[in-house]
Amino acid sequence: MKQDWELVVGLEVHAELSTKTKLFCGCLNQFGDDPNTNVCPVCLGLPGSLPVVNEKAIAFAMQLGRALNCSVNRSVFSRKNYFYPDMPKDYQISQYDLPTNSDGFLELPTGITIGIERAHIEEDTGKTTHVGASGRISGSNYSLVDYNRAGVPLIEIVSKPEIRSTEQAKEYVSELRAILLTLGVSDAKMEEGSIRVDANVSVRNLGEKTLRTRCEIKNVNSLKSLGRSIEYEANRHIDLYLNGESPRQETRHWDENAGRTKSGRLKEDAEDYRYFPEPDLVPLNPDHKTIETIDNEMPELPSERRKKLMELPDMKPSDVALVVHRDHDVFAIEAIEAGGTPSAVIKHLVNNLSDGFGSLTANALAELIKMEKNAELTSTQTKKVLGELVSQGGAPEEIAANLGFEAVGSSEIENLVEQLIKEHPEEWKRFCGGEKKVQGFFVGQVMKVTDGQADGKLINQILNERSKAN
Amino acid sequence: MNSVLPESYLDANSIASKVQSGEISAVEILDQYLERIDSHEKDVHAFNLVTTEQARADALETDDLVTRGVTPGPLAGVPVAVKDNLCTKGIPTTAGSKILDGWRPPYEATVVRKLREAGATIIGKTNLDEFAMGSSTENSAFGPTKNPHDLSRVPGGSSGGSAASVAAGFAPVAIGSDTGGSIRQPAALCGVVGVKPTYGGVSRYGLLAFASSLDQVGPITTSVSDAALVNEVIAGHDPFDSTSIKDPFPPFTERIGQNVEKLKVGVIKELMGEIDGISPEVIKQTNTAALALSHAGAEVEEVSLPAVLYCLSAYYLIAPAEASSNLSRYDGVRYGLRIDGKNLTEMNINTRTEGFGDEVKRRIMLGTYALSAGYYDAYYGKALKVRRLLANNFADVYSKFDVLISPTSPCTAFKLGEKITDPMTMYVNDICTIPSNLVGHPAISVPFGVGSDGMPIGIQILAPPMRESVMYQVAAAVETAGS
Repeated sequence: MKQDWELVVGLEVHAELSTKTKLFCGCLNQFGDDPNTNVCPVCLGLPGSLPVVNEKAIAFAMQLGRALNCSVNRSVFSRKNYFYPDMPKDYQISQYDLPTNSDGFLELPTGITIGIERAHIEEDTGKTTHVGASGRISGSNYSLVDYNRAGVPLIEIVSKPEIRSTEQAKEYVSELRAILLTLGVSDAKMEEGSIRVDANVSVRNLGEKTLRTRCEIKNVNSLKSLGRSIEYEANRHIDLYLNGESPRQETRHWDENAGRTKSGRLKEDAEDYRYFPEPDLVPLNPDHKTIETIDNEMPELPSERRKKLMELPDMKPSDVALVVHRDHDVFAIEAIEAGGTPSAVIKHLVNNLSDGFGSLTANALAELIKMEKNAELTSTQTKKVLGELVSQGGAPEEIAANLGFEAVGSSEIENLVEQLIKEHPEEWKRFCGGEKKVQGFFVGQVMKVTDGQADGKLINQILNERSKAN
Repeated sequence: MNSVLPESYLDANSIASKVQSGEISAVEILDQYLERIDSHEKDVHAFNLVTTEQARADALETDDLVTRGVTPGPLAGVPVAVKDNLCTKGIPTTAGSKILDGWRPPYEATVVRKLREAGATIIGKTNLDEFAMGSSTENSAFGPTKNPHDLSRVPGGSSGGSAASVAAGFAPVAIGSDTGGSIRQPAALCGVVGVKPTYGGVSRYGLLAFASSLDQVGPITTSVSDAALVNEVIAGHDPFDSTSIKDPFPPFTERIGQNVEKLKVGVIKELMGEIDGISPEVIKQTNTAALALSHAGAEVEEVSLPAVLYCLSAYYLIAPAEASSNLSRYDGVRYGLRIDGKNLTEMNINTRTEGFGDEVKRRIMLGTYALSAGYYDAYYGKALKVRRLLANNFADVYSKFDVLISPTSPCTAFKLGEKITDPMTMYVNDICTIPSNLVGHPAISVPFGVGSDGMPIGIQILAPPMRESVMYQVAAAVETAGS
């Protein structure tokens, strides 16, 4: 971020709920089927059709609301009116002034909380494919519309504009995804479009209290694009301000290949959606008991899982976040309960086990860690044994023995050092005199004698102690 | 007067029992009506489509059941004309508009399904004001329907075709839809019975929506007991309609014929002269009907319903607002008319400009305006408040009265072309009927006498929500008094 400027970002995330059927009809909610095969009069918006609410979708929405610490409200569906072929009724049934969930927050792994304005329910649109030219609507020869997706339940989660860096933006989406997956309410795949992110970006001077003009970035298809597009847009704003101009409030389209945002449909006025309460549906009024049940049955969320690990000694937040993100925390806790030192368990998970455990068991890891702690294995040896445990399984002691690993114990090293002192008195005198580079010589000698099975750190430690004793 | 009226009318009730017993076949009954349609329909234009083939198939099926010893339903063999804004599977459904040119619904309305399951023979799709917007059926893209009592006059609207088909003897039963009076007013103008049920009492699934919070589907018949019978058949909770009522209703027919002693009847003061434009003749007939009820033992009193004075304005904000949204789907993309343009927006505009008539366009614009940013609170928002006020007013009144009575229409059938040039004049036709739609209460129009022009007059009975049984009871008493 350029000096003295602050980034202000709010994210609008749409997640498709993984219900069996659509939000207002019994058609299958399924990705990848032949076009227009999961349709009926209701989701096609045929004349005379009426919507009927999918109770599971509502339940999922409330669960997500509570997971985001929102208050679950009496809600009313509203019509959002605008014309587009992918919307069969030319209005979308959504929620406007009375959404299902409001006023919550999301805790990022780093500990920062981002406020959640609202999380409401709405129906998805169909998909248009423009044929000819660039694949965009202008210049195309004709367009095809597939209504399989029309009517699929969406939850739209709107954050407060409290995100302050591209890293935070990516973490926010990542964490939200993790929650959706934990709850099982969405499979949240960016590549399939079951989670979509729009970023509202503005900048201001550090210390400035009011918000400046924002632009909405659309067509962000990966976390990487999210970061790049926010950064591009922020800089574009700053450059304008530095030039004495200011950005126009508009929707901008992210062009991944060009690495820039482009102005969307030129519109002077903001679109007026003429919202009014949906007369074909009745208000939703969840009772206390329902919400209580949701809270009681809430699965362990990522933030709770991180908290659990953070209670252990010597934990680093970023490491803990990574372990939980990879769903390795259950394994970690098992290994810790089997006697592995927490910090060592985490260290191995973060550094050596990013690709998974293979045949390694939590018990085996605990044992291995104990061996390393007792200096029965050097760190290099430990890594080798770990590799074997992952690919073959088994017990670390056996593997170490098979590999011929026997870490040389401290007493043995001490004896060797005494011997070396006798054999190389000159060098020893120089080492004790403060010549540090002679240290390498002694370490090398010990290594030679022990066939590399002495732990380098331990050797140095013993040398230093011995030199003090002189 | 050039008229197309049968010598007598057949009761749906008696047709059904004769068909059930095997005394007469459904096909025979159908042929009788088809013959009459053949002779006189060209003068009336009640139908957009006479569904001869489908009707024959339905009738044969009913007869087949009887032959096999299975009793068909309560409308066995009864020909029913269905307003052309109700979906009939595989059969063109136009809503009286060019914009649905060629569209055949792939599904049928719940009401139509229930009629067929009850053994009815669907005889045709009746003409209407385009998308049910109008009070004279002159707004149809396919030409107006004539009043069978006087072919130079309107049958009323928007269910003009349905009312005319019954009055002309083309069918003993017709189904209409009522958003601001579109069943009751044409029934009154055509001298037949018309009912708007409690909102949510009859499923709207398959009814091409005009104003979702006001629309209801209901029967048009030649007698009150027939209306109750048909109402019974088409009513009931529908899981496909989220606004349909789950609670059971007291049976509609059970109080017909019972005396009205001690029932408290309120005559709505504001509709009896206070508002400009209600014809003195119509008021006089209403008073006569009220008096008749009084003679029959009812306690009749004048009652004030002040919120009635604001209903027309509230309605003409709420209905067009909802309509402007409901009619958005007619965009030339998926079905019906499409007129190409050089881009998508142009195609939409061309299609809707060509496809919609003037009144529909007028209401879409009015509705869009009322919902626009900056105007919502002043117009739509305020209209919703009037609605609540009205509901409170009614609730108050119904704590003291069982039913209310008023004229159905401020006037008798006017001449074709007389009111079409001034929308506001046309809108006033709904003044007596609109209140029931706004609050979702049931109401019925019963023929009672004629005006000095020889044209029928209808009296309206209003009842609290879900109290159709009392409404039918009092309506039957008025009917008896008027015969």
